Amino acid sequence: MSLWIVLTVNSVTLGGLLFLLSTGFSLIFGLMRIPNLTHGSLFMLGGYFGASLFIWAGLNFWVAALAAALLIAAFGGLIERFLLRRLAGNELAQVLVTLGISLMVADLCLVVWTGDPISVATPSLFTGFAHIFGVAFPLYRLVIIAIAAVIAIALWMLLDRTRLGAMIRAGVDDRDMARVVGIHVSKLFTIVFCLGAGLAGFAGMIGSPILTVYPGIDSDMLPLALVVVILGGTGSLLGSLVGSLVVGALYNFGQAMFPELAYFVLFLPMVIILALRPQGLFGRHAP
Amino acid sequence: MSVHKIAIGLGILCLATLPWWVGNSYYINISSQILLYAIFALGVNILAGYGGLVSLGHAGLFGLSAYAAAILLDHGAGHLAAILGALAITLAGTAVFAGLSLRATGIGFVMITLAVGQVLWGLAYRWLSVTNGDNGVNVASRPAPFGIGLDDATPFYVTTLIVFLLTLVAVAIFVRSPFGASLAGTRDQPRRMEALGYHVWLIRFYACLFSGLLSGIAGLLFLYYNEFISPQAITLTASAEVLLMVISGGAGTLLGPIVGAGLLVVMKNVASAYIERWNFVLGAIFVAIVILMPDGLVPGTVRLTRRALQAMRGSRPDAAQPRLEEP
Amino acid sequence: MTTAPALEVKDLCKAFGGLRVASNINFAVAPGERRLIIGPNGAGKTTLFNLITGEMSPNSGSIHLFGHDITKTPSRRRAHLGMARTYQIITLFARDTILRNVTLALVGLSQLRWNPLTPLDREHVVIERARAALARVGLDHIAHRRVSETSYGERRRVEIAMALAQNPKVLLLDEPFAGLSIDERQDVHRTILAIPREVTIVMIEHNMDVALEFAERITLLHFGEVIVEGTRKDVVDDPRTREVYLGH
Repeated sequence: MSLWIVLTVNSVTLGGLLFLLSTGFSLIFGLMRIPNLTHGSLFMLGGYFGASLFIWAGLNFWVAALAAALLIAAFGGLIERFLLRRLAGNELAQVLVTLGISLMVADLCLVVWTGDPISVATPSLFTGFAHIFGVAFPLYRLVIIAIAAVIAIALWMLLDRTRLGAMIRAGVDDRDMARVVGIHVSKLFTIVFCLGAGLAGFAGMIGSPILTVYPGIDSDMLPLALVVVILGGTGSLLGSLVGSLVVGALYNFGQAMFPELAYFVLFLPMVIILALRPQGLFGRHAP
Repeated sequence: MSVHKIAIGLGILCLATLPWWVGNSYYINISSQILLYAIFALGVNILAGYGGLVSLGHAGLFGLSAYAAAILLDHGAGHLAAILGALAITLAGTAVFAGLSLRATGIGFVMITLAVGQVLWGLAYRWLSVTNGDNGVNVASRPAPFGIGLDDATPFYVTTLIVFLLTLVAVAIFVRSPFGASLAGTRDQPRRMEALGYHVWLIRFYACLFSGLLSGIAGLLFLYYNEFISPQAITLTASAEVLLMVISGGAGTLLGPIVGAGLLVVMKNVASAYIERWNFVLGAIFVAIVILMPDGLVPGTVRLTRRALQAMRGSRPDAAQPRLEEP
Repeated sequence: MTTAPALEVKDLCKAFGGLRVASNINFAVAPGERRLIIGPNGAGKTTLFNLITGEMSPNSGSIHLFGHDITKTPSRRRAHLGMARTYQIITLFARDTILRNVTLALVGLSQLRWNPLTPLDREHVVIERARAALARVGLDHIAHRRVSETSYGERRRVEIAMALAQNPKVLLLDEPFAGLSIDERQDVHRTILAIPREVTIVMIEHNMDVALEFAERITLLHFGEVIVEGTRKDVVDDPRTREVYLGH
């Protein structure tokens, strides 16, 4: 019994991290119509930068996480502004460039941080356990769930209540129409790319006490984000949320029950959705 | 036209006699590698260059073939049975791959092929009982067709060369055929093709099968070359490498993928001697080619040569051509 | 009409979200008729063509070709049933010669399209027929020129050649005169006049002087609805026509 509860909590925790990772991916895809193949690398870089700031610069955990988020957001902005914008209109080229960048980042990280995984200690405030229904849950996992929830609400308010959010939603709905009504779409691209990158970097850092930071985490996380977005639909916040929880559950329960076919279990629903409803559960356009 | 044929003849002659004027088995082996990757790149080019469908999952099909053969061999099958079995499994796998991926075109196709490629990698990596995971599967020996052992560099090279030439002929015939023209048509104007009476989805599906078959053949050569297969061959990076071979040489041409394969294999082998970080170089080349030379080397070189010849003959440079508007 | 109409559309509706691009469109074209479809920009004329050819599927309603319901028939089958069209925006195969463009149109209806073995350039029968189709529009002298090296007027004529090459029973021409010079317009006009009577032609056109000459019956569309339909005189005299175009 308690195994199921532990798996459930872990699923929701992973779901929370995935939500932070894939919302950015989903918005970038929805608005710019490209799957950002650098997204896993941004997650990994966030972990590496954050861990370095935390461990070697002695910064407070949360300060390091925020600093990492800002750094990665800036990096994302540079990528968008100086590489992707040059290829505006040619989505395939943009995808290939993001692929190339992800390869470069992966090797650079190996050079700088070597191949050993970096363990990041759980922030001291949350090292304990919460006791609910007689089961001990690691407090930090619950904290991640809470953070993801808060950010989800903040993002929802951004998209639903602010002018920027309205412009983003318009751009996701119909990019050309948005241009016609005067929305500065290329600036919007940069903002959304930075936002997505920042979220990914933040997730990389706050996830590090659980996942550690290691070479290859980029290629572990990217396919998960891909599945979330295909399942949930591009450009949809609710889709990312539901998709992340589903993928988090599939991953954890799959690992526990079918370790050898875990990947298969993960991708099977994606395949089914593609066959039956290509635009995902909540998406507007099919990929 | 006849200059063309002489060039081809010379090329084949050089390739056929390579082991004797290269001498060193290291370089003969590199040549074998170039040829098998050229077959792989030709396969990917069928879809990417002629079909307009870029796949980031083809290493999955390449690996599927290699693993199928390796596992069959491991269970006691003879070489012929393993090869035929592997190709049959690869075709079946390609049919599933295509059925899923062709739910979308353009970027959607890229994403789905990426995901499906990842599933195949995941199976290779995790399904320990079947694939031995990260440890990979070893192959005890290379086949010996007609009693000729392929264990040395030269006979293996010659076999690979024969397979390559057969593949090249097959692809050349395909590209010039009405079906090949239909495929190119679906790349350029899919809606119009449908309105003209073509079954666009089915054309793409058959093209995928052909492409998968070629990838499978390359996978088998790869398996026998290394006498080993591991999940390393099925990663996204592996799919990216072969795609780069196609686009750096020039997608949609016959020579492009071959040139690209040659370039990348040589660079990888040379670079590995001096730089540890090949992936960085690979990524940088990707970015550079896409931004600076999207057409690839072969069309670019052809263009430059044509201009140079025109300049030498003293004729006027091309007047501005009326551009066709994009639909 | 005693015989089945060549093309009939019944209660055809199509909407994109809140935007209705086709509202209960009903019309029938007799075999051999020359029908003109007119209407201001955005009236839904090209959308109607897309629905008829099957490139777009309607929300409700039906489409009939010589009495057969083709509403659910895929676009490619409709080509085999004798429907051909040209496009408002030129959608030729830019990298190929105009001869190859017309050849592709012919191959589309032949089993040859599934042949992966013999070179297309050696299919002399098909290529001669393509050349003949180009001759009908007066372009066989530049058969080997690439589309990118031809003029706009020539490309329009290639479009028509491709459609005619398929020997259609129903030919849909989408603004064949758009963007042409006076000379080019004469050429296209001559070509269209020369199309045999057996072919039913439905044409969308803005260019009134040329189009009115051609039309036997006219359908006026506005906001996806049929406003007026009738002979040339009927439509020209109808006050609603003026209202649609001039707003009063």
